[in-house]
Order: sequence, then structure tokens, then C-alpha cells
Amino acid sequence: MTKFFLTILLALGLASNAMAMDAPDELVRNVSKDMAETVRNDKAIQAGDIKRVTEVAETKILKYFDFQRMTGLAVGREWRNATPEQRTALASEFRTLLVRTYANALAQYKNQTIDVKPLKLAATDTDVTVRTELRQPGSKPIPMDYDMIKGTDNWKVYDVSVAGVSLVTNYRETFGQEIKASGIDGLIKSLHDKNQAGAAKAADTGKK
Amino acid sequence: MKLLTIVTMMLALLLSACATTGNPQDPLEPMNRKVFAFNDAVDTYAFKPVAKGYAAVTPMPVRTGIGNFFSNLEDAWIGTNNLLQGKPGAAASDVGRLLVNTTVGILGLFDVATELGLEKHDEDLGQTLGVWGVGPGPYLVLPFFGSSTLRDSSNTLVTLAVPYVDPVGAVDRVAIRNTARAIRLVDLRAQLLAAGNALDEAALDKYSFMRDFYLKRRINQIYDGNPPKVKNKEDDDYLDEPAPPAAPAATKLEEPPAGQFAPAESSGK
Repeated sequence: MTKFFLTILLALGLASNAMAMDAPDELVRNVSKDMAETVRNDKAIQAGDIKRVTEVAETKILKYFDFQRMTGLAVGREWRNATPEQRTALASEFRTLLVRTYANALAQYKNQTIDVKPLKLAATDTDVTVRTELRQPGSKPIPMDYDMIKGTDNWKVYDVSVAGVSLVTNYRETFGQEIKASGIDGLIKSLHDKNQAGAAKAADTGKK
Repeated sequence: MKLLTIVTMMLALLLSACATTGNPQDPLEPMNRKVFAFNDAVDTYAFKPVAKGYAAVTPMPVRTGIGNFFSNLEDAWIGTNNLLQGKPGAAASDVGRLLVNTTVGILGLFDVATELGLEKHDEDLGQTLGVWGVGPGPYLVLPFFGSSTLRDSSNTLVTLAVPYVDPVGAVDRVAIRNTARAIRLVDLRAQLLAAGNALDEAALDKYSFMRDFYLKRRINQIYDGNPPKVKNKEDDDYLDEPAPPAAPAATKLEEPPAGQFAPAESSGK
């Protein structure tokens, strides 16, 4: 009898586990909605506090991004030659840069709505593109696509395209130049410097 | 017309300029960077502050109306380009938009056509030439107008020079014409405030970031959002490769400091 219950529990557990992994389009829809509501209802963010948006972004969305993969894509083939330490440093700096960019964009679009197109997902799919449109009054909708890969616990975004242009691969040229001029460590330093400058600016807006 | 002279001069410059190293699509990078810096300064000290002020004092519905009004004026030219690209259906829709928005939408202040399902298109002469098979030519940064290519600058030239391509330019009264142009410019800049700020945060090198984005977006526009599938991440296999050891022959050591030769190697030789 115990065994029987155990089996049922196990089955239920497995089933709920499988269900816990949201479909990619569902995930994008839920997370965007959640973010939009949070931004709308947070007074500090409405006042332009970048630090606060960054905090919210950190807690709510970062687990849905695969920064290691993103960084690898942005760096391109030189990624092969990066040591584990360099990879970690690159990913961490790039992540900071992207989060701050995202937070800045988020803090400014106040009347935006995101329209997520339904995705036909086959059970065998491990790499999909979720198409969305960012709508705002007074301007044309901007297509934003999320390339997502199936992870162990949930789907993760590894590239975002705006108006059909991959943001991650758009970094390749600049990153390539940096690496050619001053090596991988040079790129890490450039990213680090950029982040320092950005953090100083964000602190400024927070004080206002 | 002064602008036209500048643009023409730049095109002439192109012919004499020598190719430099760097991005093959951007042989004029040194000159482009100068113009870019000029545009950036003009933007920082003139356009952006004005656009910010405008955005601050103009209520959203008014801004939407102004944006719609100028957007409506573009639809005739967009329709012409759709026709030139062999898309009569899209062109008819553009004409329909123009008619509906100019009448029901009260001179274009309201975009009724979109609500009716007539979608706004995005076409210009550069895209038409692209559809006809004309390559982009060298990347150009035009004074005041920004990112372009030799091919795409044709649209800027035609808009400035040919009457009625830009209906605002066809207004007889100079004062009204210039006021309309100024409002349009400011409104456009205000729409881009958020994007501009994001760009400042995102780019290590704003110039190349904008250039690469522009060139890729144009390809996307020419194919109306469905460019032929070049799998951009074709060789993403390297992503799954493990990182190399920090230094050659240092496998025995645990986490040797990056960039330094492991002692094991020198002693081994």
C-alpha cells in the first residue's frame, strides 16, 4: 500500500515538475506582464530610479537568462581561447551591462504593452524563437524576438532581437575589435570600465 | 537646400576617398566618425534638450496626434515604393490608409486605418533599390540625418529635392513649412529618447554599435522582416566546448592564474 501511494506521489511529483516548466511563450508573457505591473506600481521606478529597476530585474528575470551562452555568442570564436576565469569575468561584466541597459529602457517606456505571439512548440524542440511586439502609443510597434534554449529547470533566453537585429551578435564587431587590440583581458577591462561609469550614473539618478 | 549641398559634397568626397582598414562595409570610417561626432554634439546640445522639453510639456494624446499627422503624410511615398517593389496589394493598403486617415482620421491626427486593420508599412527608396538588387554601397553618416549608405542616401536626396515626395516640403509659405519641419523633427527625436538612452548604456563604441545595427536592420527591412535564413549562429558549436586550460601543460595544477605560465611548464623543459 505504501508503495502504491509512493508511486502515486512520485507520479504526481513528476507530473507537476513537467508542468512547472512553462512553455517559452507563456514564460515570456508572464514575466513581461509581471515586470510591467511592477514598474507601473513602483513609485521609485516611476521617478526614474535606475537602481531600483535594476534590483527588480535582478530578482524577477535574471533566472530566465543564460548569460554564459549570450556572452559566448557576443564574443564569437575567440570564446574558444578564453580561460574559465576569463569566461566567468566576461559573462559577469556583460550581464551587468545588459541588465543596466534593460533597466534603463524599462524605466522609460511607461505606456508600453507587450504582445506575445503564440508559439507552436513541439515536444522535441530545445531551441525556439518567441516573437513579441512592443506597442507604445504614438509609435509603430517594435518587433522583439527572444531566442530561447531549453535548460534543466526552465527555458532560458540567450538572445534578444530588436527590429529583427540580434542584440547579442551586434556586439561581435566591437568585441572583436577590443580583443584584437588588447586581448580578452582588454575586453574585460573595457566592459568593466563601462559598467563603472554606468553605475556612477545610476547612483546619480537614484539620488534625485 | 544647404543640406542638399552638403549631402552632394559628401557623395563627391566618396569618390575621392581612399579605402581604409576595418569593416569592409565602412571604408569611409574616419570621415564617418567625424560626422558622427558632429551629429552627436548637435544632438546633445540642441535636438535632445528640445525634444526632452517637448516631451515634458506635451500631453501624450497630443504627441500621438502630431506623430500620426506626419506619419500620414508619409503614406503616399510609402505606397509609391510598395508599387515600385511590385507589391500592389500593400500599395493599395497605403492609399487606403491615406484616404481613411485624412478624412475619418481628421487630417491624419487619428490613425483610424490601423484600427481597421490597414497596417502601417515601412518603405523608402533605399529599400526599393535594395529589392531591385542594388547593393548598399559604403556606409555613410550624413550630417544631421545620421546613419545611411550610398544607396539609402538616395531617399534623403529625393525627399529633399523632389516636390511632393515630402508634402511638408511642398508647402508654399516658408514660415509654415519650416515650423512643420521643426515640429516633425522634434517629435521624431522625442520618440527616440528612450532608445537613445538605452544605446548610451548598451554600447562600448556607440559608432560601431549603431553602424552594425543600422546595416543589419536595413537588410531586415528590405525583406520586410523575413530575410533569407542565414543562420546567424551557424557555428555556435564552440559554445559547448569546454574552456581551454589557462596555460599549456598546466593541467596538473589547480587553477593556475590566468595569463601566467605555470611553473610546471618551465621546470619540465
